[in-house]
Amino acid sequence: MKTDGGQALIRSLEREGVEVMFGLPGGAILPVYDPIIDSKIRHILVRHEQGAGHMAEGYAQATGKPGVAMVTSGPAATNIVTPLCDAYLDSIPMVVITGQVPTAAIGTDAFQECDTTGITASITKHNFLVTEAQDIPQVIKEAFHIATTGRPGPVLVDIPKDIVDPTNPRSSLEWEDNVEIDLPGYKVDTSVDPEAIQKAVELIQNAERPILYIGGGILKSRAAESLLELAELTGIHVVTTLMARGAFPDSHELCLGMPGMHGNFTAVTAMQESDLLITLGARFDDRVTGKLDEFAVSAKIIHVDIDPAELGKVRRPDVPVQGDCRTAIEAMVSVLRDFGSGNTDRTAWKSRISGWQERFPLVYEPSTPGQALKPQFVIEKLRDATPADTIVASGVGQHQMWASQYWTFNHPYTWINSGGLGTMGFSIPAAIGAKVGCPEKMVWAVDGDGCFQMTAQELVTARVENIPIKVALLNNSYLGMVRQWQDMFYEERHSEVFLSKEIPDYKGWAESMGCFAMRVDDPDEVEEAIAQANEIEDRPVVIDFRTAAEEKVYPMVASGTGNSDVIVPPSQEKEIR
Amino acid sequence: MNTESPGHRNHTLVVTVENKSGVLARVASLFARRAFNIRSLAVAPTEDEHLSRITIVVDGESAPIEQVVNQLDKLINVVDIQDLQPGHAIERELMLVTVAVEPEHRDDIVEQLDRAGGKVMSVGADSMMLSLVGDPEHIDTFENLLRPFGILEIQRTGRVALANLDETIE
Ligand SMILES: Cc1ncc(C[n+]2csc(CCOP(=O)(O)OP(=O)(O)O)c2C)c(N)n1
Ligand SMILES: [Mg+2]
Repeated sequence: MKTDGGQALIRSLEREGVEVMFGLPGGAILPVYDPIIDSKIRHILVRHEQGAGHMAEGYAQATGKPGVAMVTSGPAATNIVTPLCDAYLDSIPMVVITGQVPTAAIGTDAFQECDTTGITASITKHNFLVTEAQDIPQVIKEAFHIATTGRPGPVLVDIPKDIVDPTNPRSSLEWEDNVEIDLPGYKVDTSVDPEAIQKAVELIQNAERPILYIGGGILKSRAAESLLELAELTGIHVVTTLMARGAFPDSHELCLGMPGMHGNFTAVTAMQESDLLITLGARFDDRVTGKLDEFAVSAKIIHVDIDPAELGKVRRPDVPVQGDCRTAIEAMVSVLRDFGSGNTDRTAWKSRISGWQERFPLVYEPSTPGQALKPQFVIEKLRDATPADTIVASGVGQHQMWASQYWTFNHPYTWINSGGLGTMGFSIPAAIGAKVGCPEKMVWAVDGDGCFQMTAQELVTARVENIPIKVALLNNSYLGMVRQWQDMFYEERHSEVFLSKEIPDYKGWAESMGCFAMRVDDPDEVEEAIAQANEIEDRPVVIDFRTAAEEKVYPMVASGTGNSDVIVPPSQEKEIR
Repeated sequence: MNTESPGHRNHTLVVTVENKSGVLARVASLFARRAFNIRSLAVAPTEDEHLSRITIVVDGESAPIEQVVNQLDKLINVVDIQDLQPGHAIERELMLVTVAVEPEHRDDIVEQLDRAGGKVMSVGADSMMLSLVGDPEHIDTFENLLRPFGILEIQRTGRVALANLDETIE
């Protein structure tokens, strides 16, 4: 059947099972927008291309399906660079389609031309510049295959206008019902080496102070249930990194919560004192390890990762296991069931852990009436007033750390944040994408005032496209996380971190974008405002919570120091000799 | 003789890639982004028109070689990577060099060149252009020998290499 490149592109997306895409049209991509009118794919028109990218990420994180965004050439392509890098660092499956100037104009500095594949080569898992209409179906198939298999990641497909423009003979192609992938250099090996599993199990059986160090890879391999089985079978405590919150239930007695720079004392210290880190889909990020040569010095390392380049990149494993996390966990469980979990006495270790938990819980000083709200208090109230499977999407800053610390994540895929890149402005579009993917779930964005001002315009998208997310704005009038560093390491000299106490008027701004909006100053009003927000389903809601600016995120491992030097809140300082 | 310590020697990687536009740029940009140092690089088509072969000499001190190999392997267009062991590979480089030489010293140079196995490519009034193919150490030695005459221009190719035959037959 004869068709044109634009039609073929949309049909190829349909063939991949795409139900929704996020985007914004322009000159170079125009011909592809025409067939969208007749497609069953839902297109969500964003207000800024960065929003389209983060929405696709939020959709992918919440559903496990690849997120799809489509934008035009030049400035639109550069606007989506941040989400591509974000998705690359957090291994999020995403396919981004960009328009490009006609093939004959490439290299001439034509209007809205930019070297999109050149710019994005190092922040995508792969990218394609398609030069023949006939190649479109195959490239789309390959793009989805690469994005979703192995270690997932973003793939960009750059499409010159002439090959999709039906008035141009170069756009004509023969549509075929079957296309084959041809990627001789791409092989995904998910199997695991039984010998490595055997060695790993021996280490587990003999370890006195083992810890399961869980990263985002567990969620990517959909291994939360297998992990629960492994932890319960062995009785080993679990830490979940910022990318893995929810992969293991926070309410479980074996859960120690988040490790790292703002991890809780017990999670940080248990890793530090451990003699075996069973590392599953985590990558020894510097925010987790602190100063590397002081990190968990007496620990042996089992490292399971689908990406061989992660094994030994930062810390040399004693037992590297290349392969899919779920397959590896299931293999370990089966060997452990056959041979037992060993007889190593871990009572001393367990009592040390519970000792730390008693002495160093997460704490903050409650606010007294008339004082500004404590951000932690707001998170706790929100947590207690929402369904257990509520999806929380956060921005980047203090509010992100408090959300991760004070929420109780008992379900996988309920925590969506920008871990690797730390992209301010992530939460609102990511929440929108998550809500589009999971319309039956409640979705709350926990945002900072700095972040909000970077992508708030997508609330217009949310209202117009009928995507009723809710936003808890923890408004401290500051770029709070940066202020905290200036407080702690720059003698409280505040340089360019104060935003404003009165401008913008967030309530008025949110209302003008079609949201229901409230402002909350008093601790007594918090519960009621949240209850009211939870009732509203016909539009987005924004609550401007006025929070205390001087509040700091504790504990903290200062940048460049080791995890044994974790700084605890002032009220716990006497506990540390 | 290899006097460098095993962890820190140069490695010769023979990287087979898809013969598509932009692939060399991807390889080069990977090295730049990950702070791996390239000592030399040569690229050319292979016996299969869909494939090209890039020979890269990597500074083993800039990063552990497994890391370089694993990161390269993640490039979708990279089909195969061989880490050639010194002594188990045939390595060659080509040098083109123009030296200043008075007519009365020409014989002198030609004699040296003959012994090294090189060729005279062109002769000018007071200069000569020579070519020499050999393993990199051989080329280094000859280059040093020419230095006293005065090297006017020199161009060396990157190294190309293939695994030795006993190495490839299992
Ligand atoms: C795009 C971007 N620019 C700058 C930063 C550096 N940065 C990290 S946190 C932060 C402050 C965030 O302020 P806000 O959203 O108000 O959150 P708060 O820390 O106050 O909770 C900044 C500027 C960043 N992470 N991302
Ligand atoms: Mg703030």
